[in-house]
Amino acid sequence: MARKIKVLVAKPGLDGHDRGAKVIARALRDAGMEVIYTGLRQTPEQIVQTALQEDVDVVAMSILSGAHNHLFPRVMELMRQNKLDDVLVIGGGVIPEDDIPGLKAAGIAAIFTPGTPTSTTIEFIKANLKRSLE
Amino acid sequence: MDAVSDSTIQEILNGNMRTIARLISLVERNAKERIELIKKLHQYSGKAHVLGITGPPGAGKSTVTDKLIGEFRKRNKRVAVIAVDPSSPFTGGAILGDRIRMMNHATDPDVFIRSLASRGHLGGLAQACGETLRILDAAQYDIIIIETVGVGQSEVEIVRYADTIVLVTVPGLGDDIQAIKAGIMEIGDIFCVNKADKDGTERTVREIRAMLETAILNNAPTRFTELYASYYKNHQSDSAVQHSFAGHHGITNLPGHELPIPLPPVIATVAETGKNIQELADAIILHGTMLKETGLLEQRRNENLLWEIENMVLDMVTEKINSSESRNQLEKLVASVQLRKLDTFEASRKLFEYLLH
Repeated sequence: MARKIKVLVAKPGLDGHDRGAKVIARALRDAGMEVIYTGLRQTPEQIVQTALQEDVDVVAMSILSGAHNHLFPRVMELMRQNKLDDVLVIGGGVIPEDDIPGLKAAGIAAIFTPGTPTSTTIEFIKANLKRSLE
Repeated sequence: MDAVSDSTIQEILNGNMRTIARLISLVERNAKERIELIKKLHQYSGKAHVLGITGPPGAGKSTVTDKLIGEFRKRNKRVAVIAVDPSSPFTGGAILGDRIRMMNHATDPDVFIRSLASRGHLGGLAQACGETLRILDAAQYDIIIIETVGVGQSEVEIVRYADTIVLVTVPGLGDDIQAIKAGIMEIGDIFCVNKADKDGTERTVREIRAMLETAILNNAPTRFTELYASYYKNHQSDSAVQHSFAGHHGITNLPGHELPIPLPPVIATVAETGKNIQELADAIILHGTMLKETGLLEQRRNENLLWEIENMVLDMVTEKINSSESRNQLEKLVASVQLRKLDTFEASRKLFEYLLH
């Protein structure tokens, strides 16, 4: 029997806008996934520790403050330090096109900008999981 | 990862969070290796004080849990939390949001929090709850808190796992008839009236006390009468204990009882601000001590193990009855019943005998 995909939806940094994160959380839930939502203003340390304790398949982060170039790579660094290499990490929010290559080089598998249909994110997750669902 | 190598077991005993997390996933997906895992861990379990936090949706269970974690950490206890949230019956998906209230403890190396989706399991818990509890117990956490889904009036499975149950409620949920219906009010060892800055707190506290008093007067079998009465009796000359019971109210002059029977604590908290959380933590720790001293802990755990093993056997039977061989056998029997060669009792007896072989 295939197990459930577990996703951590997290809001790093200081902006207080979680509408997008909640829409994604709801869409992933309706796609049959188990979504852990941790609320606003999380530090990279909190996010990575939560990913570790919850043993998630995916970390999906949303950021609208402009601090993505600092926070996303920091999360990736901590993920590596904790040997969470088999976790798919994706990001979303108001992120300029020019910043995306750098974030991908840091290990974020995909960046979804405003206007992305939720189905695109869902399909991406299903197609790019790093762990087997057996 | 070799799921149950000796080094894996050692990592659990050492509290390696990553290993603990992965093994919980193993039991969550019902993997076969979990049988060997539980077998190897069993001898190391049984030491933790298991605390159940239950109550209706929106009563503040997660916030109470968060503040209790903080309080227990002040007392140098290592704490683990199993937070159960409901799965959607339609998609099987779930949003597990209990953690939002507990993020202050996310990076504390002595706090481990895990969310479980109920996955259609009734009773207010998740199927993997029992085995997850064993893993955390073997990992030597001093206190393991199980937060149930927001329960209604029958989700009382928590009594099978927790040593101490805190029933969290809020003022103004309904009239006192809600409190006397059979259901969750009967399972509390400690009562917490949260959001006590709201109107009607006094009345809710009074109603709960009245309900508890009536249970004692009616000689109803409760989880607390025997426990509190015998502990009280054993500590008649201990002024600290007498003092801690002073706020409990209680029943005096009950025929057949020389001593007053104290009521379980009913504590009005405002978890948001931390008000009276210290008192709640004190009551929980005292309850654990009372269980041990009176021998009731052993008795309760016996009853729970009996229940757990019984249920595992029922699961085995269900699994066997759903195997294709059993289905074939059953279909043949049904045909005979249709032809009036067998009646339903005979058919079920035959299937039962078949299952035993």
